[in-house]
Formats: sequence, structure tokens, C-alpha cells
Amino acid sequence: MKRLILALLCLPAIALAAGPEVQLVIKDHRFQPEEVRIPAGQKVKLVIQNQDSTPEEFESHELNREKVIPGGTTASVFIGPLNPGKYPFFGEFNEKTARGVVIAE
Amino acid sequence: MLGAAIIVFRESLEAALLVGIVAAAARTLPHRNRWVAGGIFAGILGSVAVAMAAGTIAEMADGMGQEVLNAIVLGLAVTMLGWHNIWMSRHAREMVSDAKNVVREVAEGSRELSAIAVVIAMAVLREGSETVLFLFGLMSQDQSLGQVLSGGALGLVAGVLLGLSMYAGLLRVPVRWFFTVTAGLVLLLAAGMAGQMAHFLIQGDLLPALADPLWDTSAWLSATSAAGILLHVLAGYDPRPSAMQAIFYLGTIALIAVGMYLVRSPATGNGRPATT
Repeated sequence: MKRLILALLCLPAIALAAGPEVQLVIKDHRFQPEEVRIPAGQKVKLVIQNQDSTPEEFESHELNREKVIPGGTTASVFIGPLNPGKYPFFGEFNEKTARGVVIAE
Repeated sequence: MLGAAIIVFRESLEAALLVGIVAAAARTLPHRNRWVAGGIFAGILGSVAVAMAAGTIAEMADGMGQEVLNAIVLGLAVTMLGWHNIWMSRHAREMVSDAKNVVREVAEGSRELSAIAVVIAMAVLREGSETVLFLFGLMSQDQSLGQVLSGGALGLVAGVLLGLSMYAGLLRVPVRWFFTVTAGLVLLLAAGMAGQMAHFLIQGDLLPALADPLWDTSAWLSATSAAGILLHVLAGYDPRPSAMQAIFYLGTIALIAVGMYLVRSPATGNGRPATT
């Protein structure tokens, strides 16, 4: 319970801290672009638009993120601040085709 | 078909292992099966409802509805697991020594079992909603309904079998150790779920990650290896946890352990803590 209150108290402060945004599109079970370059050491908002009619799960072990994006919707995932390096991600529901990498530099 | 089988297996495994553990932990309580089945049924109904409303949920809380929902579901499960362990540490001794005594307290037993049912419903809901969404997606693609369903059924059966073997394995633990073993497993389950709850709140930018990652053990034990997956399910293993996740994890263990210590069975009155 205390944690929940703490979490709620943090809400307004965090909403003010806006970082850079990067747009991604899912189409035909592929990410576009497949290579995403972002500045290292900063929190970045990935805005992912799923143009397919089927849901996809954006997932990355390296980024420690997982989020289901229903067909025809747009979702945001916050990542970072990251150290410089490569961080692969994939679509769990279409793992063969939906692959990409975040490059922090 | 194989794709459906693998995804359904992965999702059902988590729920099935949890159900196996809590069902074993509650084995001495009357009408347990009814409550366990009720929890599973409610969880499946909830999964379908959440999957159908996925689009709406995703747009809630400024696009972070999914993270918030996951965090609430996990938080509720952690609370109920904690309550279960604390309740058990009070009653374990009498259960071992005098089974009849417990049966007389049916009313109290069913309060405890309702907590178990909630835990199970939450676990099934969390894993199930993703599965249902995925299967919906497959059906609207090129795959035939029969293939999707048979693949899904195959994955589900495999997951349930592992859950059942967990249950059967726990029942073989000698009574003397039984409550200690199940309490330990439940404690780790709760801590792991609390860590995941923090993970979703961080992902939704509702909590700071603090140090991220706190450490990286992915080179030694990858999250995608069989051992990594099992350890993730049972004890919340995360090769790259943030400091906030670690705080939730350890904080949950500490809170539940203190709760268990404070209410431990006073029954024998020799002043020593119960061996729960």
C-alpha cells in the first residue's frame, strides 16, 4: 500500500520530464525502421504504431521491456537511459520477421 | 501450429506452476478444489474480457493502461500470497498436529482459500490475456482455426503437465518439511511478482528505475534458457534488474517474513518460534 502511494506521489514529477521521442511502425510483421539510433544516457520514448490488424508484443531482454500492442493501435515504451551499445528487440508474436535493434550512441 | 504451441506453453507454464504450488500449500484446507477451480475459471473469463478490451485498456492512463493493469494484477497477487504465508505460519503447527482442529474452522479456512482463489485468478488472468490475444491474432491471419486450436491445446497440455508434476512433487515432501518448503516457494513467488510489478511501473515511466541495470548476469544465465525461464517463473530471476526492482523484491521478502514471524503459532506456548 505504501508503495502504491509512493508511486502515485511520483506521478506528477515524472510527467514533466519529457525526453526525445522516436517513431516506429509495425507493418507486415516487421519493424520499420529496423535500426533505431538514440542518444545514450537519456530516457527515450519509443512510440510504436502497429499498422497490422493483428496484435504484436514488443519485447527485448536487453532493454528489459515487454509490451503488447493490439492491431491498429499505437503504444509507447520508455527506454533508457542506456549505455552506448546495441540492444536487440523483437516481436514475440512474429519472432521470425519482427526484429530490430536499438543503437545507443 | 508450432508457434501457437510454444507461446501457449510459455504462458501457461507460469500460471500452471503457480497453481501447482499454491494448491499444494493449501492441501489441508476443506473444499480446496472448489476454490482452486473457481480461481482458474475466473482467470480464464477475465483473460477473454481483457483480451477483448485490449485496445481500450492500452489507451488508458495516457497509453500506459497495460502497465498499470499488469502492476495492479501483480500487486493483488503479491498481497494475497503474503496473506497466505502469514496465515499459514499461524496455523501450520496445528495443521500438522491436529487436522480435525482445522476442519472445525471452516469459515476461517474459506477466507484463506478465497485469497488462494484470487492469487490463481490473477496469475491465470495475467498469462491468459496475452495468450488469448495472440490466438485471436493468429486466427485472423492465414492460419486455420483447427491448427491454431490444436497448437494451443498442445502447449496448454504441456504447461499443465508441468504444473501437475510440481504439485505431485510437493506432495511427496515429508509433512515435517512441507510447510517450510511451500512457504519458501510462495515467498519467492511473491517477491518475483513484486519485482515484475516494479518492472511494469518503470516501463510505464510511473516509477524511477534508479540504477538500471543494477547488474547483468545474462552472459551466465540467459533469460531465454530453460533454467533461466524456470528460475524466472519460480523466483523472479531477471538477468538485468534495476535497483527499483531489487528494492521491491527484497522489500516484499522482508515484509512477509516479518509478518510471518510476528503471528507465528503461539499454540505450544514454549516461547520458541514455530518451525514454519
